[in-house]
Amino acid sequence: MTDKNEKLTPDERELGVLSHDTPVTTRPKEPPTRRAFLTGATSLFGVAAAHVLLAPFLGHAANVSGDPTRVPGALATEYGRRSPFERAKRLTKPQRSRTPLQDLHGIVTPSALHFERHHNGVPLIDPAKHRLLVHGLVERPLLFTIGELKRFPSTSRLAFVECSGNSGKEWKGPKGKTVQEIHGLTSTSEWTGVRLANVLSEAGLAPGATWMLAEGSDAAAMTRSLPLNRVLDEALLCYAQNGEPLRPEQGYPLRLLVPGYEGSTCVKWLRRLKLVASPVMTREETSKYTDLMPDGTARQFTFEVEAKSVITTPSGGQRLKKTGYVEIRGLAWSGRGRVEKVEVSVDGGKNWRTARLQAPILPKCHTRFCLDWWWDGGEAVLQSRCIDETGYRQPTRQELVEVRGTNSYYHYNAIQSWQIDKEGNVRNVQV
Amino acid sequence: MRGQSLLFVLLVTVAVGPADVWAASKNGLFHLGRVATPEEIQAWDIDVAPGGEGLPAGSGTVEEGQRVYAKHCAGCHGATGVEGPSPKLVGGQGTLASAHPVKTVGSYWPYATTLFDYIYRAMPFVAPQSLTPHQVYAVTAWILFQNGLLDKAAVLDRETLPKVRMLNRTGFVPDPRPDVNRPGS
Ligand code: HEC
Repeated sequence: MTDKNEKLTPDERELGVLSHDTPVTTRPKEPPTRRAFLTGATSLFGVAAAHVLLAPFLGHAANVSGDPTRVPGALATEYGRRSPFERAKRLTKPQRSRTPLQDLHGIVTPSALHFERHHNGVPLIDPAKHRLLVHGLVERPLLFTIGELKRFPSTSRLAFVECSGNSGKEWKGPKGKTVQEIHGLTSTSEWTGVRLANVLSEAGLAPGATWMLAEGSDAAAMTRSLPLNRVLDEALLCYAQNGEPLRPEQGYPLRLLVPGYEGSTCVKWLRRLKLVASPVMTREETSKYTDLMPDGTARQFTFEVEAKSVITTPSGGQRLKKTGYVEIRGLAWSGRGRVEKVEVSVDGGKNWRTARLQAPILPKCHTRFCLDWWWDGGEAVLQSRCIDETGYRQPTRQELVEVRGTNSYYHYNAIQSWQIDKEGNVRNVQV
Repeated sequence: MRGQSLLFVLLVTVAVGPADVWAASKNGLFHLGRVATPEEIQAWDIDVAPGGEGLPAGSGTVEEGQRVYAKHCAGCHGATGVEGPSPKLVGGQGTLASAHPVKTVGSYWPYATTLFDYIYRAMPFVAPQSLTPHQVYAVTAWILFQNGLLDKAAVLDRETLPKVRMLNRTGFVPDPRPDVNRPGS
């Protein structure tokens, strides 16, 4: 890579503005240098010995400036790492981190980039010591080890998890700069676990068991009450994410997943399920995660994430450097089911075109949309709106605020507008 | 009881023969997990419901609560509960319908039991679950007193706490969505 290319941010590389400028390495006319000769020794033994000594440096450090076809590469590793050229990272605050949506492809969020939200840190839990207690209005209170939970029939599915505080600052105006800062509290993973219904059947529901309190074993002992009849069909007790055990920040070794529900209901580090007759009214369902309306009343138990979408390329903080073809890309999702359709506008909502949806299109999952666009160098306001399988259409900011005012901190799903100026700079605006 | 049903399953297996090894489950059950003892349940069963269910024995006064608060809470929530830097616990009454609502225990919280539950499980932030029930009753009393919801002479225990009348008790409504762009509208 040339110096020029190395200065590019991942965003710029993604926009492909310089993809034709990289010089091609040609076969040297001079003999190879001593260093290249050593590492490229023809004796098999020599190669192996050099690899043992140089393993940490090979591939990455040794090959960066050279021709990778002339130098043996790095050896196999036990647990893979991404290329050192890739820098996408979460944007962190002590109790949350945001997914770099602008750097992702397809619909799955790499586990290491899945957003985090915790209320008093990520606990370190020995899975051998962890237990799940199921009690309250049950016939038999039961304790399960993680090993026992893994013995139940397993289920895997993809699902997004979105914090209901995602985009929350936007209620008060266009506060955030990048798509990561504004909308990065949503991610999609494949989750594997046992159906909640199977585990509850073991304990046997007693009459009157209509709600379930889920509690985590973190320092916040996070708790939420959930209406049983609404969650039983789909809820999973998950021990794995994207094919491997959950990441610590995703609830290792056990978390609840209620597909489509606001993230805080998917209690992490799950240690207790208590069957009850009515909600426990914990702090996280009264003081927090409730929405204040203009008349001073507050909405409670706002569980399903309503349809939402956002254009991730081009998005806030990026810059279009050349006129011409741009593939507009983004993500859409709905907690009520499948994404039916995504429409995109480049003129601030006057005209809409239907975007292509990339397979797979799964219920309660991020869905990738794309649309061809030719930027002519003029000003533009890019927007996307999601229509889900229930027929619900993602509202404009004006429609949303008219009904709910601006004092709700949670559940903001208005259409995002990105303004592009004549220099190609992309900015968060509200129109 | 569990032993009996396991025995039943064993008998059935013997009676029905090898074909039964393919059954998805026995009577819809998998016979995993073990019965939790009352002590195991009690050790973790810390939640407190609005009717007072789950409140432990013990009691506390406003005066005792002031001392608990000064020692364990004031550093983060401020000397009188309004100074911060951590969330304001006091004040804000009458602001919920304004342009600058201040949501506190006094102005926003619908149940006094929630305050006990939350402090007992999660505060003080740096040493959660370190306070005794007695200390939690006391500091709960002090925060409610600061918000004008309790008399200075009040004593809180499992009988009196659920009876504290919170200002915003009827302020919460169930989720009415879809409220914007209803399908078909
Ligand atoms: C080290 C700082 C610290 C100390 C000490 C502390 N708190 Fe907190 N407290 C916090 C933080 C931070 C939060 C917010 C936690 C969150 O949002 O999840 C909080 C939240 C609360 C809340 C909920 C506020 C709301 O509006 O939802 C209450 C009530 C509370 N604390 C009471 C107490 C009491 C009582 C004590 C003393 C026994 C105490 N705190 C000690 C930092 C502290």
